[in-house]
Amino acid sequence: MRILLVGNPNVGKSALFTRVTGVKVIASNYPGTTVGFTKGSMKLGDEAVEVIDVPGTYTLDPTSEAEEVASRMLQDGDLVINILDATNLERNLYLTMELLERNIPVVVALNMWDDTKHRGIDIDVAKMEERLGVPVIPTAATSGFGIKDLVDRISEVSSPSLPQRTRDERWAAVGNIVGEVQTIHHRHHTWLEHLQDASIKPLSGLAIAAAVLAVSFFIIRFIGEGLIGYVMEPLFEKLWLPLMMRLSEALGSGGFWHDMLVGKLIDGEIDFIQSMGVLTTGLFIPLGAVLPYIFAFYLILGLLEDVGYLPRLAVLLDNFMHRIGLHGYAIIPTMLGMGCAVPAIMSTRILESKRERFITATLISIAVPCAAAQAMIIGLVGAEGWQYVAMVFGTLVIVWFIVGLILKKVVKGFSPEIIIEIPPYRLPSWRGVLSKLWMRASGFVKEALPIILGAIFVVSILYALGVFDAIAGFTAPVVSGVFGLPEEAVTAIVVGFLRKDVAIGLLAPLSLTAGQLVVGSVVLTMFFPCVAAFVVLLRELRLKGLLASIGVMLIATLIVGGLLNLVL
Amino acid sequence: MSEKIQITASHLQPGQSGRVVQIQGGHGIANRLYAMGIRPGKKVTKVSSMFMRGPVTLRVGQMQVAIGYGMAGKIIVEVE
Repeated sequence: MRILLVGNPNVGKSALFTRVTGVKVIASNYPGTTVGFTKGSMKLGDEAVEVIDVPGTYTLDPTSEAEEVASRMLQDGDLVINILDATNLERNLYLTMELLERNIPVVVALNMWDDTKHRGIDIDVAKMEERLGVPVIPTAATSGFGIKDLVDRISEVSSPSLPQRTRDERWAAVGNIVGEVQTIHHRHHTWLEHLQDASIKPLSGLAIAAAVLAVSFFIIRFIGEGLIGYVMEPLFEKLWLPLMMRLSEALGSGGFWHDMLVGKLIDGEIDFIQSMGVLTTGLFIPLGAVLPYIFAFYLILGLLEDVGYLPRLAVLLDNFMHRIGLHGYAIIPTMLGMGCAVPAIMSTRILESKRERFITATLISIAVPCAAAQAMIIGLVGAEGWQYVAMVFGTLVIVWFIVGLILKKVVKGFSPEIIIEIPPYRLPSWRGVLSKLWMRASGFVKEALPIILGAIFVVSILYALGVFDAIAGFTAPVVSGVFGLPEEAVTAIVVGFLRKDVAIGLLAPLSLTAGQLVVGSVVLTMFFPCVAAFVVLLRELRLKGLLASIGVMLIATLIVGGLLNLVL
Repeated sequence: MSEKIQITASHLQPGQSGRVVQIQGGHGIANRLYAMGIRPGKKVTKVSSMFMRGPVTLRVGQMQVAIGYGMAGKIIVEVE
């Protein structure tokens, strides 16, 4: 048996999915959090049934890609749990009407039930059941209220199989039902609603956006640096270093295995960034240097997502984003890209046109360094002075905008106007925020750690075989001639295919000037997606789109790297 | 009896309400606006609009929807 969770965007499908299946998925407070579908299973009596979290859709009339997916998946389901936002009954019921016309049993979950009370909404559930002819169960997925009831009543369901109606007939039916079952009491604005209005008005909105972004940046830096300085570095220096030194001695301070595991000794010492051993640099980069920033970034992003701030930022920036052929909602994938390009590129599916998806994904790959790369840039370039870090990020922002301007002119197709629902602000639950943070941080360790260890392993082998010396010879005209970097920097560029954080770390032993570090960081960020991003780009843009995107990256890198070299 | 005039939703003042009488443009636009609850007969209130023809935010019932300036110009509302 297969159960589908179907509902409008941002009604809490993912939260409910986690409740019934125990499978953890990312849930946020903005429409379009779930772009692919997620499978899980739950117990129904003694039977294990499959549960699918279908991307949110307003209608089964396929007008966008997400709706098409939902409509198609419906054909393979045995039962639908139709999740409604109880505070938005009218709009949500249209989809219910469409579902009732399909030949599939439906049970209705009136989610966000806890929100109806303080919003002055009264719903007569018994009457609603009678009118719809299917079970209706009030739920609150974030707290777990009503979930047991919902599961218990799944066995009662049947399909009313109403006759097919026209759009206007359905809306008329929705209007009648809402009129009968819902009463709204007038009440005064809460402070959250005042804040809601202020953050979408032009002047107060921009002031709030500037404040939110500045505070976020400050907190991320504070937490990230704090964790590195007071937790991770002491752990590595005081506990791990003595162990590694003993291992180094045991292996005779040199030789193949020593260099693989511990790495090269620098002035007789292990240097966690420069030694390039699997057990030293291979562990320090992901856990010591990058994880603290991943943790800080996703904590703040999770809060912004769950409060419901991001769609407001999209509206504020819409005008500006139109200049580069996008609309405001593209800011959401872009912000996700500051964490990791993989989920960011996948989330470009919330954009409707192919052109928007291509431009957004390409801009993310070129000019938005992931949290891991950012952590290394801050660590390495920041040691030379903050003005250089500002130069790196300033350059990338300019590149993002100029490449966007050019792509808007060159890429054919259309970019539709924005039309999005602005969700109400919600006070995030700590449980929700922390469980999302845990998923993302542990996801980073699970996915990035093996690649980083592998990358360092491969680098050591290629070094030992002298491969890099051979490559350095014929890449010198570009690396030294155009970018003004030493020939050996080609190692970093090659490793950039695997992991950007390791690649940036490889600049450390080259004793570069501050200017060269800026050029190197910018070039490594821009020139090519890492292997993980490459795979998703291929999946989302197809081969032709991927090749075009990479072409843009290479050309832009050559021009920007060359110009920076001339200026610095 | 007060006189009723028809304007587009983009011409509403912040805080002003109107009743939707018609949505111009193709089936696609109408469908998407309908799905957001904006359809003939519904009362919409403008919450705000961004300067330089930026998106217009409307309140419809319990929810807020932000729509592009051009699309807002296709929603004809009746105001008193």
